[in-house]
Amino acid sequence: MSGEQEREQEREPLWREEVSIFAADESYVGRRQFAKFLVLTSLGMFAGNLWLLAKSPAPRLPAVPVARLEELPVGGVKAFSYPGPNDPCLLVRYASDRWAAYSQKCTHLSCAVYYAAESRRLACPCHHGFFAVEDGRVLQGPPPRPLPRIALERRGDRLVAVGVDLQGGGDEART
Amino acid sequence: MRRQGPLYPPQRRALTAIDGAIALLAVLLIVQIWLLTAALEGFLAGHYRVALPAAVISGVLFAGCWGLYRLIHGLDRRGRR
Repeated sequence: MSGEQEREQEREPLWREEVSIFAADESYVGRRQFAKFLVLTSLGMFAGNLWLLAKSPAPRLPAVPVARLEELPVGGVKAFSYPGPNDPCLLVRYASDRWAAYSQKCTHLSCAVYYAAESRRLACPCHHGFFAVEDGRVLQGPPPRPLPRIALERRGDRLVAVGVDLQGGGDEART
Repeated sequence: MRRQGPLYPPQRRALTAIDGAIALLAVLLIVQIWLLTAALEGFLAGHYRVALPAAVISGVLFAGCWGLYRLIHGLDRRGRR
């Protein structure tokens, strides 16, 4: 092989050597290259975790006014978004002095739940899951977890959303 | 007793060490893949608090992988001398 040909071969990119279209030209990946591949995959996993961290909402959520106290009649419902515009929620006045707010996404497959005033339950129409309006716990059906509860505070004559409790439960806003 | 001589030339020993390091690297990577899967599952379920510890541990595992890679590089270079 002449010197010119050798230089030409040296200039060949690595991928062409490793992934040849001819079976006879294939060569095995060396240990060092395999280790490099593993480290790059590890970097990818780390980047994925950083992406999840970046997409996680800030631990302190904003305080957002949801409704005035007398705006809803008993059994009335108001839809709002919290903490972001793509997080639909429901505010329910289920007694004269009791309000509760929940994420509207069912914990089963994220169908929109609605308030069934006659049975005083939050119902998911997709797979007949039911949640207690008092604390969001699962009463019936396939949902695996309680509905995420929106923490409410009474400020003057307004109800203000101040946080999200993923485990449900907690005190509801009352007058 | 430490064996020496043609049965265990330096290249052979370096190769064994490199194989061991690659095996350890693969184990760390499997743990990292599991960690990302668990963190993603938690994230999708709305448990955002898992994201920070998962990212920190993943970073530590990546640092371990990088350290092993440097070790493999060093062993390789020494073995070729």
